[in-house]
Amino acid sequence: MTHSFATETSRNDRVSPQLPARAGAGLKGEHVLQILETRPDIGFFEVHAENYMGAGGVPHRQLEAIRRDYPISLHGVGLSIGAERPLDTDHLQRLKSLNERYEPGLFSEHLAWSTHDTTYFNDLLPVPYDEATLSRVCDHIDGVQETLGRRMLLENPSTYIAFEQSSMTELEFLKRIVERTGCGLLLDVNNVHVSCVNHERSAEDYLDAFPMAAVGELHLGGHAPDEDDAGRPLLIDAHDRAVDDAVWRLYERVVDKWGPLPTLVEWDNDVPAWPVLLAEADAADSILARRGKEEARLVG
Amino acid sequence: MSVDGQPAAPALPEFSEALLDTSLPVPSGVVGPDGKPAPKRFTVYRNNVVVSLVEAIEQTFPAVQRMIGEDYFKALAREFVVEKPPKSPVLMWYGAEFPAFLETFEPLAAYPYLADVARVEWNWLQAYHAEDAMPLSPEELAEVAPDALGNMTFKIHPAAIVVESAWPILSFVAVNRFLPDDDMAIDLKDAQSVLITRPDLDVELMLLRPGGALFLEQLRSGSTLGQAAEAASVGVENFDLSGVLTDFLSAGVFRTLAS
Amino acid sequence: MQKKVMTAAIVAGAVATAVAGVAAPTAANAQAKEKCYGVSLKGKNDCKAGAGTTCAGTSTVDYQGNAWTLVPTGTCVSMELPDGRKGSLTELDRDLPKA
Repeated sequence: MTHSFATETSRNDRVSPQLPARAGAGLKGEHVLQILETRPDIGFFEVHAENYMGAGGVPHRQLEAIRRDYPISLHGVGLSIGAERPLDTDHLQRLKSLNERYEPGLFSEHLAWSTHDTTYFNDLLPVPYDEATLSRVCDHIDGVQETLGRRMLLENPSTYIAFEQSSMTELEFLKRIVERTGCGLLLDVNNVHVSCVNHERSAEDYLDAFPMAAVGELHLGGHAPDEDDAGRPLLIDAHDRAVDDAVWRLYERVVDKWGPLPTLVEWDNDVPAWPVLLAEADAADSILARRGKEEARLVG
Repeated sequence: MSVDGQPAAPALPEFSEALLDTSLPVPSGVVGPDGKPAPKRFTVYRNNVVVSLVEAIEQTFPAVQRMIGEDYFKALAREFVVEKPPKSPVLMWYGAEFPAFLETFEPLAAYPYLADVARVEWNWLQAYHAEDAMPLSPEELAEVAPDALGNMTFKIHPAAIVVESAWPILSFVAVNRFLPDDDMAIDLKDAQSVLITRPDLDVELMLLRPGGALFLEQLRSGSTLGQAAEAASVGVENFDLSGVLTDFLSAGVFRTLAS
Repeated sequence: MQKKVMTAAIVAGAVATAVAGVAAPTAANAQAKEKCYGVSLKGKNDCKAGAGTTCAGTSTVDYQGNAWTLVPTGTCVSMELPDGRKGSLTELDRDLPKA
């Protein structure tokens, strides 16, 4: 191995992998150099696993440098846990190597599918909430947790349609997954708002009934308003703007009730300058800190 | 509603077929909050799939995009995406078939150089993500006894690759991607072969001297330095061994040396 | 047997010239590289949805029957091609090499 670059961080040089109950930001290629130069005070960075599946080069060199100073959370977007086909074992092995290489504090994936037969659709597609799907999703989560040797978090989806064949609610579906697999949940508060508006449900009721004991991380992000065929509001999970006021209110409700949790701010489309994204993370941090102080006062 | 425990109607196969084929109807059982069919809601998914994959192709082939214009490229990429959607969830690996697609795309038959420009961009991306490796240092080669040099073989660096072309593809890529402000005269009769390497983090493009491609191909397949030099000088007029070696050493074509 | 063009002496001479012609990396160079994190590309995988439902994704307006109606329009017009044509995109009907 005398010819490989001496860029692998010795693990002792790294900060602890544990994600603090603070705000973090999605790591974008556009921002990395500025982040490495300014070393902002932020809780963690989250990366999309698939962007680090190349053999070497810039992405790994940069992520090694980030990982030295920050905990990271590894967020998969392509495993297709809801698919009818078996898990892609090659892809699972790639996730395993990334987990071993970067020691992320958390690993999460989506309640969605994105592959069918041999095609990858590159979108988080919705699953019907029925017994057959439940059993398949649980088998897949078991497979992931067994291969990675760790507990994963499953993210609640943002959806635009419902399936007639669904026989239970999304909440029941998620609760039964947690019971059967022991996985944790990633509560995306923006997804809750988007889905509840799209399906004309109460986001507050949804959140109040959410199995919070299983939640290991929160997500925040922006969405784009649109309309459906009948002129009803249809929100698109575009991650293309600042977090909406309605989503901030839901977030405060969650933090006030359940206490601080690691919180990611996502911004993937029309990515702004780094200070804009950092300011969003700071806004989440101040909500988390407020609640943290209240807790301290109560205990003291 | 399905009966609990029974396999439900085939929702996903129908759903997935309709994603890329807009001539198919919206899948049955896909509804809005009123329980009625929701075609526009389904269109959101169709749109996400195609637009996100088109974006991936745009990001990999910016020179081709600049050469044919954004609107044309978008329409072209959409044709490609529908015909050849990705098989892997790792999108950095999507687009290998795009150069060949360009070659056979009838409306672009009058622009035969576009496919080779795309090949340079595709291989640039492969080099960008290639395995990290230190290139062979010239000192190591200098230490070999002169009479042993002809019998040396090389392990080629994991990022090093050649794109051969009958067109001035390096000039096209340079002007349309890396040096957009350069006023460069391009001679369409100039056949250029491009050497792509990544000695450290930055991908480098270099014009190959005559015979360079053949020489590298020989070395890659295990020929000794002497055999490869012989083949190149027999096969190509004006083969300049020391010039090609200088280029290869400075660009990081070699990984290690073996005897 | 055909006589070899490349003798051991020619190969050795070419290597010596090549090695001398390649600049050895300096300490300052190496240090600069140590701090370098390279040029970032945008990651291609993410979990966003494309905004809006009316984007080009499902449009079929480029077709009139079976015909492709778009015409490429290169945006780079700064180049002067040798025969006086301008632009990076040049129709090659007249330039195709004779097979």
